Formats: sequence, C-alpha cells, structure tokens
Amino acid sequence: MNEIMALQDVTYTYSPEETNMRKAVESMSFSINDGEWIAIVGHNGSGKSTMAKLMNGLLFPQEGQVRVLGESLNEENLWAIRSQMGMVFQNPDNQFVGATVQDDVAFALENNGVPFEDMVVRVQESLAQVKMDGFLNSEPHHLSGGQKQRVAIAGALALKPRILILDEATSMLDPQGREEVLATIHQLREDTHLTVLSITHDLEEALLADRILVMNKGRKYAEGTPAEIFARGQELVELGLDLPFSLKMGKLLLVEDLELKEEHMSEEELVKDVWTSNFNK
Amino acid sequence: MDIELQQVGYAYAKGTPFEKRALVDVNLRIPSGSYQAIIGHTGSGKSTLLQHLNALLKPSEGTVKIGDLEIHAKKKAKNLKPVRQKIGIVFQFPEHQLFDETVLKDIMFGPLNFGVPADEAERRARELVKQLGLPDEVLEKSPFDLSGGQMRRVAIAGVLAMEPSVLVLDEPTAGLDPRGRQEIMDLFHKLYIEKGLTVILVTHSMEDAARYANRVAIMHDGRCVMSGSPEDVFGDEQRLAEYRLAAPRVVRLQRKFEALLGAPLSRLCLTEEELAIEMGRVVRGERDSV
Amino acid sequence: MMEKMIFGRYIPGDSFIHKLDPRSKLMFVFLFIAIVFLANNAVTYALLLAFTLIIVLFSRIRLYFLINGLKPIIFLLIFTFLLHIFFTKEGDLLWKWQFIEVYEEGLRQGIFISVRFLVLVFITSILTLTTSPISITDGMEVLLNPFKRFKLPVHELALMMSISLRFIPTLMDETDKIMKAQMARGSDVSTGSMKERIKAVVPLLIPLFVSAFKRAEDLAVAMEVRGYRGGEGRTRYRQLKWDWRDHTVVLILVIVAALLWWLRS
Repeated sequence: MNEIMALQDVTYTYSPEETNMRKAVESMSFSINDGEWIAIVGHNGSGKSTMAKLMNGLLFPQEGQVRVLGESLNEENLWAIRSQMGMVFQNPDNQFVGATVQDDVAFALENNGVPFEDMVVRVQESLAQVKMDGFLNSEPHHLSGGQKQRVAIAGALALKPRILILDEATSMLDPQGREEVLATIHQLREDTHLTVLSITHDLEEALLADRILVMNKGRKYAEGTPAEIFARGQELVELGLDLPFSLKMGKLLLVEDLELKEEHMSEEELVKDVWTSNFNK
Repeated sequence: MDIELQQVGYAYAKGTPFEKRALVDVNLRIPSGSYQAIIGHTGSGKSTLLQHLNALLKPSEGTVKIGDLEIHAKKKAKNLKPVRQKIGIVFQFPEHQLFDETVLKDIMFGPLNFGVPADEAERRARELVKQLGLPDEVLEKSPFDLSGGQMRRVAIAGVLAMEPSVLVLDEPTAGLDPRGRQEIMDLFHKLYIEKGLTVILVTHSMEDAARYANRVAIMHDGRCVMSGSPEDVFGDEQRLAEYRLAAPRVVRLQRKFEALLGAPLSRLCLTEEELAIEMGRVVRGERDSV
Repeated sequence: MMEKMIFGRYIPGDSFIHKLDPRSKLMFVFLFIAIVFLANNAVTYALLLAFTLIIVLFSRIRLYFLINGLKPIIFLLIFTFLLHIFFTKEGDLLWKWQFIEVYEEGLRQGIFISVRFLVLVFITSILTLTTSPISITDGMEVLLNPFKRFKLPVHELALMMSISLRFIPTLMDETDKIMKAQMARGSDVSTGSMKERIKAVVPLLIPLFVSAFKRAEDLAVAMEVRGYRGGEGRTRYRQLKWDWRDHTVVLILVIVAALLWWLRS
C-alpha cells in the first residue's frame, strides 16, 4: 500500500491572534493509502471540515505539513495538485455554476484549457459514470439535491482525478438522494481505483469506508476499520455520533438477558445470532 | 384545535401553460392533541399540504377546516392572519428566516406581529431560550454570530413564542448531526407532552414517525394514500413498498425474527426498546418451556 | 405568484428563429430598431408589419406569449394613439362630435405610431422568447470581445451574468420560502397599510442578502477548487455556430432596409 495523502503534525487555527481559542485542528497526523475509502467523522465543530480544506490547500497549516501525491502542498504546486483532486461540497446549489448540467461539468475542463473536442467526450463520460447522462440540458432548479450532487461528482471526475473529497456531501440530502450518491461512489470505486475521502456524520456513509478517523475537538480520537471503531460503542455516542442500528439493538437485547455471540453490524447477522444463541439449542 | 382537509386539491400556476398539479383529493383529519406524522418522498406533495395548514395556500379544490375557520376553494378567504398565530410552522432549515439585530428581537418578532404586548413577548422569549437549552447570553447577540445548531433553536423559539396550539414541523432535523437530531426530537416530544400541543411532523424518517407519532399519513404523488395508527401503516410492508417506502428498521428486524420463529410477536414494535422487550419475552418463554 | 411572471421568458423550440446564432439575432434586433424609424408612410409601415408577422410565423411562438408581452405597454400605446387622434389637426376632418375633432392625419399618425410600438415589442419579445438568456449572454460576450483591448472585462462580466442568470430561479424559490416563513410569523408584504408593507420588506430582504453572500462565498471556493483562476487560458465549452440561416437573416434585413429607404416618401 502506498501513501497518496498525509498530514504530519498539522495544526491549524482560524484566529492565530487569539491565544485562548481552541485550535480547529491540533497535532494531526494521519495518512491515506492509494485506493482507500476513508471516512472522517466527528461532531459539528470537531475539525473535520477544516481537515478537508487543509487537504485541498484551501487553508495552509500554521504548523506541520500536508503531503499529497508525494509532494508537500504549497503555493507553487497547489494548482497542479488541485487538478488531481476533486471536491464536492455540502450545499448542492452553491457549487453549481453552469446554466445546465453539461455546462457545469465542463467548468473545470474550461478552467484547465482542455480543447473543445476532448471536453465534449469527457463531459459525456463523466455524466455516464454518475448516471446523469440523460440530463445534459437540465437546469439546476429542476433537479433534486441528489441529482445536483451527482452532477457535482461528475464535474469533479471530468479531470480524471486520483482523489475525490466529499465534504459533508450528503448531509443536506433526503434519504433517496443520499442513497443515490453513496451508490454512485460505491460503483465508481468498483470501476476505477479512486481514493475517496468523505467527511461525514452519516453512519451509513462511514460504514462503507475502509477506515474511519474519529475527530474530537480538533484532535484525532481514534482510527481504524468500521468494526474496530464502532466496537467502542457508548464512547462514540458521548462524542455526539451514532451507532449502527444492529449494534444498538444488540446491546438492548443483552440487557434483556438474551445471549449473543458477538456484536453485529448487519441485521441479518444479528437475527441469525439471536436465533442460534437462544433457540434451537 | 381540529384540522381537517376535505377533498383538497392544489395546482400551481393554475390556468397558465405552466400549470403543475401538487395535491389531488386529499382527505385527512388531524384531531386536536394528536402527534401526526406525514411521510412521503420529495415531490409527494408534503410541503404543499403543510402550507394549507396555516392558510399560506388556498386550495384549488375542496375545503380546509382549521378549528372554526373554513377555507373553500371557490369562496374568497378573509381574516386569515389569526390562523397563522394558532398554527405555528417550523419550516425546513428555519435558521434561514432569522433577520433581526438581536436574538431577543427576532424571537419577539412573531408575537409582536400578532399584537402581544412587548413585555409579554420579551418574557416568552427569555423563557424559551432557557427551555431550548441556549445560554442567556445569546439573547443580546446577533443571530448571525451563532453556530448553525444555535440558530436553528432560535428560529424554533421564534415560532414557539407565538404560543400556537398546533405545531407543524417540516423535517426539523434536516442537516443536523446525530446528537443534534436526538436533542431536537426529544425537545419537541417534551413540548408535546407538557403543553398538550397538536404536533404535525413532516418527515422522511420512518423511525422518527414510529417513535413519536400516534397517527401516520403517507403522501404519494399528491394523494394521501395511507392513513391510520402507526401499527396499521407500518404493519403493511407490502403496501409501503408500492410507494417505494420501507417500514421502520425495527419493524423489518421484527419480521426477520418472526420468520425464523415461525410466529408473530404479540404486537408490532415501533422502537428498539419495545422490540428488545418483546424478543426477551419470547426467549424467556422458550427457555422456560425447555 | 412567481409562476405568473411568464412574459419575456424563454420558450424552447426548434423553429428557424430558434436555431439562429444569438449573434445574428442580437444584431438583427439592434439594426431593426434603427430601421423602424425609416418608415414614414402607409406602404413602409405595412412592409414593416408584414415583415414582423412573417418573423413571428417563422418562430412558431404562440400568439398568447406575444400578447402578454404587449400588456405592460398597452396603456402607453393607447395613450399615444389617442394623443394623435385628438391633437394632430391636419388633413381632412373625418369626424366631429361636440368639441372633439378627429382629422385624417391624426388617425394616420395614431395608426403608424401604434404599428411602430407593436413591431418593436414583437421583435424584441421574439428575441427573448426564442433565445435562452445564456445564449444571449454568450452572443453578447463574443460581440463585445473586441472591446477587451479597451480594458473592458468582457469575460468577467459574461461569467457574472451567466452565474446570476443561473441563480434567478433558485433565488426566486428562496424568496418564496422566506416570504412564507415570515408570513407564518405574521409579517405579510402583500397585505396591510403602506407602512406595514414596507416594514415587512426588511425580514424578507435581510435573510435573502445573508444567504446571497453565503452563496457567493461557497461558490467562490467551489470555483477555486475546480481550477478557476480568471479568464486566461480558458477554453469554451458552449460554442456558437454561424450558418446559412444567419447569413440569410442578415441578407433579408439588408433587403428590407433598402426597400424601406426606397419606398419612403
């Protein structure tokens, strides 16, 4: 596994003059490998959005360094590195620049001076990847939140980036929209070797990741696989996060004196365990 | 205050080439004191429906009865303003409606518009800030200096300050993190119990509806297609699937368990706690018989 | 309320007029406005009217939309017509009732002026009805390009324009939402005394402004992340194509202008 992105002892504060303010991100060290799906979770104000901005050069740390694709991020290589990273933000409307779907997807291509013939092909391909190729001329106010976010993903994909950052990209969507976006990302990872970094407080999204980084008050609280992280149970609830339904249910069943072999992340496994551990003996 | 919709229909831009139908023949009765959940996909007509509840929209067909007031499609409606004080609507992302110089003034805005004397409005504002878990200092701050979660509470306070007897909530947890969602829903439940309000919750979350509501209505393509107790509505998984809706997770888990058990549980469980207790009962029953 | 504002709105279609390059349409409209003033007798006005109606026919736009376009100026049109009817006292006397006298020349001038109004409104309406706002922006950007050498920030203006246009429906929706939210708190812009209604504008405007600023901020970040660094080195996705239709239209306009010049008295 090789590292594609990393933070090393990064500290960032929004108001460096005020010494009493808690730092947004403090002494953060974390690395991401090529092709991984990483979820950064935490309560509102834990520093997770700041992390996304640091990784994309929208903010520069006061201490430490941010390494992307082997290089330390700085003012000179910023634009070149940005063309290798796509980013989708929280508000579906406030990142939709084009008059129509295809115009919006082409925006990044126009900015990078891509020739017209290539643009046409890439726009079509990107929209097909997110299953929005039937909406080329649709205007944004006729699209649902989920559709707009998929267009945003297509716009990010048009430059064929190595990394895709989703900054709370599903938090303003309805359940259907969230499903569409997550299914799209899932499919993308099956088809390409895209590295995905998703900042979220949505449980379902975090469960899809290879590894989770839990932030609390600007610091790294824990990192590990979803199973490892959610095994911490009540701690996470105290940090303002949620537990998967099956885990919560499992704990309640234990209180009711049922026997369970282990904790489960899926309902199927939970039901099977309940059955085999308590009936059919 | 009872609310009733009789054969209500609504079309946007009626009579123009851009006419768009949003509601068709909706019949729904919301008795005073109930906690009514209205569930439906985006585009099902939920938002249009809720705007009829405080006469922001007048039906194109049918009649809307709000307490003693009747709003008919054909007749001209007068004197709608008092209704808006009795039916308080908390819209989605309510923090977008904040505008005044201080939080105190913003919360007082609603009651002052309805003729509540200033000192009473202020008293209500101060009390609500406490009830909503906000520190007293926020009263003198500009609403735009607060965090997103605080702004939302201030907006909710602004609606509650009018002391409505019916509270309509349009996806109150949209955009909040898990802790925020829990806190807001608990808060509304507390108000429901303590103040005896009628609560109408418009939501996507089957789980929230199952946990808090005592009546559920399903909207689909502008029609009210299912209506009744949570047990009735959530028990009919097949029908819910027709409308591309899934039953609450707890119900689905119960069904999976019942499939293995080969028998139904004594009741339909609407929360995790209830299901755990029921499953516990079954297991103890089984064990005792072994 | 917002849905009723349909006059001047773009109606998609595939008529001859729809398929014209926005540049030729823009130039046509500018030139047309100039040549309208060449007409000064019955023949030339009839020619103008006929020409306009032929354009309307070719655009396949329903008359409903054009009539709607007339509505805002209908009073002005009637007023000017009556002005001529009653106050232009030349030529033969046609009709008299007590102190009201209508002369032939008054009637003529009244009709001519009305035709002029009609023709101008119809042609400009056809422009906005058959050309999407974004096409108009594109057309203007290319036509204004030569002015770059005079330090006119053509690209920036065009981008500002196209982003603003994209947000108009979104902002209208938001205005509606905020209005409803404030109405639910007892503040109504559409009812009450003048004083009350003006006061009710503040709780509507402030949230709109705040949200507009937030949008602008978010957009700027999103644009930067997508590599926007100003107009240098940018390529164009939306291409304009000038073809036989556009040549034809310009040619016909020149012919009509010549005819008007020749037939005027």
